[in-house]
Parts: sequence; structure tokens; C-alpha cells
Amino acid sequence: MSDSEKRDSAEQAEFRRYCRDWLADHHPGEPTVRLPQSPLEIMTRDQLGYLQAWQRAAYDAGLVGCDYPVEVGGGGRKDCQRVANEEMQAARTPFFPNVIGLGMAAPTVLHHAQDDVKRELLPRLFSGEDIWCQGFSEPGAGSDLASVQTFAEPKGDKWVINGHKVWTSLAHFAEWMIILLRTDKSHKYEGLSYFVVPIRAAIGSGVSVRPLIKMTGETGFNEVIFDGLEVDDRYRLDELGKGWQVAMTTLLHERGAGELQAPRAGGLKSRESHSATARSLLELARKTPRGAGTAADDPVLRDRMMQQVIREEALKENQRRARVPALLDHPMRLPLQNKLLASELGQDTARIALEVAGAAATLYMADEHAPDRGQWPLAYMNSFGMTIAAGTSEVQRNILGERVLGLAKSK
Amino acid sequence: MSQPNNYGFGEEAALLKTSAAKFFAQHLPVDRLHALVAGSHDPNRRPEAPWPQDLWQQMVDLGWTSLAVPESAGGLGMPCVAVAGLMEELGRAAFPCPLLGTLAASYVLAECGDAGHAAQQEIVEGCAVALALTDSTGSWDTASSGMTYEGEILSGSAHFVQDVRKAQRFLVSASGAQGMQLFWVAVEADGVGVESDAIVDLTRDQGRIRFNGVAAQRLGNAGAAALDRAMPALWILLAADMAGAAEWLLQTSVEYAKSRQQFDHTLGFFQAVKHPLVDVMIHIDATRSLLYSAACAVDYEPARARQLAHMAQASACDTAAFSAGRAVQTHGGIGFTWECYVHLYFKRQKHSEVLWGDATWHRARLADILLGGPAAAGSAQGAETAA
Repeated sequence: MSDSEKRDSAEQAEFRRYCRDWLADHHPGEPTVRLPQSPLEIMTRDQLGYLQAWQRAAYDAGLVGCDYPVEVGGGGRKDCQRVANEEMQAARTPFFPNVIGLGMAAPTVLHHAQDDVKRELLPRLFSGEDIWCQGFSEPGAGSDLASVQTFAEPKGDKWVINGHKVWTSLAHFAEWMIILLRTDKSHKYEGLSYFVVPIRAAIGSGVSVRPLIKMTGETGFNEVIFDGLEVDDRYRLDELGKGWQVAMTTLLHERGAGELQAPRAGGLKSRESHSATARSLLELARKTPRGAGTAADDPVLRDRMMQQVIREEALKENQRRARVPALLDHPMRLPLQNKLLASELGQDTARIALEVAGAAATLYMADEHAPDRGQWPLAYMNSFGMTIAAGTSEVQRNILGERVLGLAKSK
Repeated sequence: MSQPNNYGFGEEAALLKTSAAKFFAQHLPVDRLHALVAGSHDPNRRPEAPWPQDLWQQMVDLGWTSLAVPESAGGLGMPCVAVAGLMEELGRAAFPCPLLGTLAASYVLAECGDAGHAAQQEIVEGCAVALALTDSTGSWDTASSGMTYEGEILSGSAHFVQDVRKAQRFLVSASGAQGMQLFWVAVEADGVGVESDAIVDLTRDQGRIRFNGVAAQRLGNAGAAALDRAMPALWILLAADMAGAAEWLLQTSVEYAKSRQQFDHTLGFFQAVKHPLVDVMIHIDATRSLLYSAACAVDYEPARARQLAHMAQASACDTAAFSAGRAVQTHGGIGFTWECYVHLYFKRQKHSEVLWGDATWHRARLADILLGGPAAAGSAQGAETAA
């Protein structure tokens, strides 16, 4: 019996049994396509189709959106998504493709959309039928997100959108976008409003999506140009001018500090791929020849690898301690560290793996001699996406310094 | 056995931690601590180590010194995580007293079976204990010490003994015909000689003990194994002390960064100051999370306690070093002076960091557990196995 299993409520225990039984019968098995390292690197329709079918099946079985109200297509349970996630991870299922929808759009829509919009959008989001993307960053608005310029102009009971969003993961597959727009040019923060917009239907007539190629050579994210796209006012979330506050709901969940646990499956990867964890780092060291022994004998590398093991354990224990109020000083002190710690940990683990691999770290995915099929250089390069996206590590440190330590706001 | 969700940190533990915080803040705030221990700034001063003995007696009366003695032996038998919570508050106050040695001795004695019973009674009655386990080289490997025994007679010398002037009893490890064994000795026993070290830390005292044919009480026949099993608790309590002291250093630095103005802004406005303070906070939180988990393992998952305690202690040593350095740097010129209280904690942290294994040593032991001893380098450097 696992640790978290022992701590289950009666509802969670029963639901866990249900999930386990269902997964035993309905595990999708060895993937029929080569899967990428994460949903953000989905490149082909084959990959997407395979993953959508899996998400659909899991949703129909009640393993997705467990804690959302029944009226919006959720399971109406209490703190059960965590249970489903644990069981899906233990069963090594594939991940869900609609990662931005589940993790960021859904909680934002639930908190801020009008009721009929929730009922219209959330069931198809949970099932994976509608893929979602996020339109926040612009060429002139990165870390300084509140300076977005993409403009929505009122026209009857509609809005007309013009502008340019970038770094938009999954936009090439997405039906819907959550988007931060300027509705008033005279106020920086109060001039922002938040919408959900149907982009796929408008491609070629108001929206164009252009792929950006990452330093890894992979596609996966895009720039999206709006040229007079019209959208109904009912798709505005919360009040006019409240866009910044709504965006905070999104960002809190994106950084793993929100109140709703995102549905998260995973564990199963293609034979070729793996995760940049301390465990896989140690495995790499054990099989990498160095002198008369292996890299696992090198005292300097041992020390560096143990630092990663310890950081990974600490992150796990931070997440556990965040639910023990008697051992917390400030309610946001641990949740706001999550994204910063996880992204920098992954980056450093991959970087140290390249040191461990030595000369073989030069070999990439197409080389049959590459350690772990060239996944370490790929993981290292992709890790910079994690330390830059969703607020750079520098922005995260500002937030922690200001909101938790109470230091003066930096410019 | 698996760990409870809340680390076993229940209501009693929370009450202990908050009342300890109140006790230290009320009775020995940092200005009074400074007045007590920092009277002489002469770098060539002789060791004095003044300490608040009256407050120690109150702590004994509150039962804090018998927290780790099992209920079956007349103690309070609190969970290790609760004891760690108290040590964290003690570290936050940089409080000079022999609590660490006394609590650590309780964990060792609890592993000695019936042979430890009389000594446990003395702790319950209020005796303070110092651990005499270290040889003249300061080795962190507890498998050997500088003492030898013949029957129940001790000879040799113990070094780097903490709070040596504050203790009434010594817990001694010595080698002899039956391998390494543990002994219990009263400070006033014939043939015991104590000499104080001149140390940097103003909140502790340290010294060496010479044993000249001292008659001692032997604590059973499996001293090495008992000590081995108790070491994780000792590391965890020291890690808690460092985490508490680090939090004081962080909060004091943050207060300074909020009030001190330069270039028309408070220091905290500048990211070159702000970001390192955030990193200190991140270090502290990692240490705290790891040490609660390790403490919980002592009670619920003993097979993993050693591994988790190495992680906690490695993290704590890094946190101690980082918090100490950043606090002085953040305070600027004033932080470099004797009158600024920061140096008390700076020195305590630098002392703690090297007491029972530094960060590198604990990571090396962790690597021995997770990767096995290094094949090429030979495994002669004290490889340990997972308990």
C-alpha cells in the first residue's frame, strides 16, 4: 500500500479502487506512435489522434475533471483528481494532449466565465475533443506581460481583435485560445480584458498560425496573427478591465500553485523517450564507462548527482509539507516555489547528465550510439523552455521576494 | 510502515514548537544573548562560554530534556519530528545549552536495551549529557574513537566534545576486546580531565576530555550498532538547529533590506539583493521539508531514516553556509561588525556545519547507499550500507 493510499478519505479510497480496476482493463497499451517528451512537443496528427483517443476514454470513465462540478461536465468529487493522477501514473498511461486546457484554461473558465459558456466549453475540453492554447506573450510583451498590445475593439455585441501572439504551444491543433487583450490603451493593468476565442474555425479568415522552430529542431509552438477576428461578448471572462486578475488565476495554476489539481496522466513513454529525473541520471552514470570503472565511481560526479537526488526529494517533500499548515510560515511560500524549483532542477539534472555522458553527449537522436537515444541533449535544450515560459526564473524570484518576503517591488 | 501525511506532527508537537518559540523569545531575545555571550571581543580571549543556567533549569522542569526518552523509561517519548521542531526554535534563538547532546544521548540509550535504563533515569532527573565520540583528527566516522577500554576502565582522550562544560554526564565510545562499545561516565569521576577549546562560536563550548583509567558504566554489548542506529536522529536534530538559525538570518536580512535605503530605494528593490534572499528562503524550505521527512522516518520508517537523514543534513549544511554568508553581505558594513547581532548566528552556523559531517561528507555517504562504494577509488573510506 502506498503512502498516499494510507491517507485516503473514504471517498478517495473507493475512487482509487475504481480507477485501478478501470485502468487494469482499459490501459491503452504500447503506443502505436512515437511519443514526444511532453504534450508541448506534439508534432503530428498521428501523435495527437492517439493521445486524444486516450484522453477521451479516460474522461468517459470519470478520471478527468473529477473535482469539477457535474453541471460543467466534471465528476463532482472532492480532492479526487490527485487520486486519479496517482493511479494513472502508477499504471504508466500516456499523458493527456490537452495540457493547457486542463491545467490552465479549465480552472480559469470555471472561476470567471458565465455559466452557459462553462457548460458549452468544459465538457469538450475535458474529453480532449477541443485542444486549447494560451495567447499571452507577444513580441513586445514577454516577462512584462501587462504590456500586451493585441487590441479588442467593440463592435455591437462583438469584439474585433487585431494583433500578434507568440510562443503559442499547440496553436496548430487548437480549437480554442485563452487570450489576454488590451481593451483600453490609457491604462496598463486596468486596460486589459480576458477572453476565450475560437481560433480554428477562423484560420484563413481573421487568424493565421505560423509554426516556430525550436532550438531542438522540433516544432510545437507558433505565432498567431489576428487580423480582424470577431468574437462574441459572451466569451469575455469576468468584467471589462479585469483581465489582469483573471490572468493571475491562469498563472497560479500554470505554476502549480492553484487550488484545482490539474488532471495529469503519464509515465508511459515510447521506448525511445524518458524523463530527466535523478533516477535516470544515476542509471546513465552506472552504464557510462569512465577509466577502469564507470562514471558512477567518479567522486566529483557522485557529489553532483547526489545534489540532484536531494533537490528532487526536497521538491517532493515541499509539496507534501504544503498541506501541513502547522509546518508553514506563509501560505504561498511553498506553492510559489514549485515552478521555479521544478524547472531549474530539470535543467540542472540534464546538464549534469551531459557531463556524465562525456564525449557521447555530442550525439543526437539520429545516432544509434547516442546514450538514451539522444534524449539528454534534447531534454537540456527543452529545459530552457521551462525556465523561460510561464514567467522566467527571474520573474519567479521577484514574485517570491515581493509576495512572500515583502521586499520592495522591482522594476 | 509508511509515513503519515503530516509527518506525525500533531497538536502536541505544534504546541511544543510554539511554546518553545515563545520561551526563547521572551527569556533570551538576541540583544540579551549578545550581552551574555559577546562580552569580550578579544580574538585571543580564553574560553568562557557563559550560558543561561537558570533558563536551562526551567527547560529541564518543562520536560524538554526528556522528550526523547521513551515513556517506558520514564520520559515523554515524543515523536522525533516534534523534538526536531523544538530544536528548530532553539537554533532560531541560537540558545546556548546542552540540549542537542542530551537529546542525542537519549536516542543512543534507547538503542542500548536494559543496559541504558539507569542512564535514561539520570536524563529524566535532569542530567545534561555531552557526547564523547570523536578522536583528535575530528573524524566524522563514528566507527572509531580516540578512547580504549579494558573491562570497564577507560583510557585515552575524546575531542571536539560539545558543551563539555555544561554537561554532568559523558556518553563515551571506546574500542577494546569486544569492538567498539559505549560507556556512561560522570563528569566528576576520578581520572577525568576536561580542557576547553578556544572556539569561534560564542553560543557553544567545546573541549577535550582525558580519561586516565576511569571506571565507567558499560552500556550493553552492542555499542557500535546502537550508535549506528541513533546517528540519523542526531543529524536530524542538528539539521533542525541550522534550519532555525537560517530562518533568523533570513528574516533579519529581509528586515534590513526593507529599511536600509541606497540610491533612493530600499535594498530589497534591487534584484541583486532580492534574488539571493529568495534563494536563502528556498534553501531553508528544502532543508525543513527534508528534515521533517527524515524525522518522521525515525519513528515510522527506520529502514529509510539513515538515507533521508543524510539528505537533510547535507541540505542543512549548505543552508547554514549560504544563509550565514548572505546575511553578512546583505547587511553591508554594519554586518561586518561585532555590534551587529548577525555574527552570533554566522559563527553558530559555521560551527554546526562541520560538527557531525559536512555537506560533502553526507552526500558521499548517500552516494554509497544509492550507488554502492566507488569501485575505482576503493571503498576503504567508510562506505555504509542502507540500515
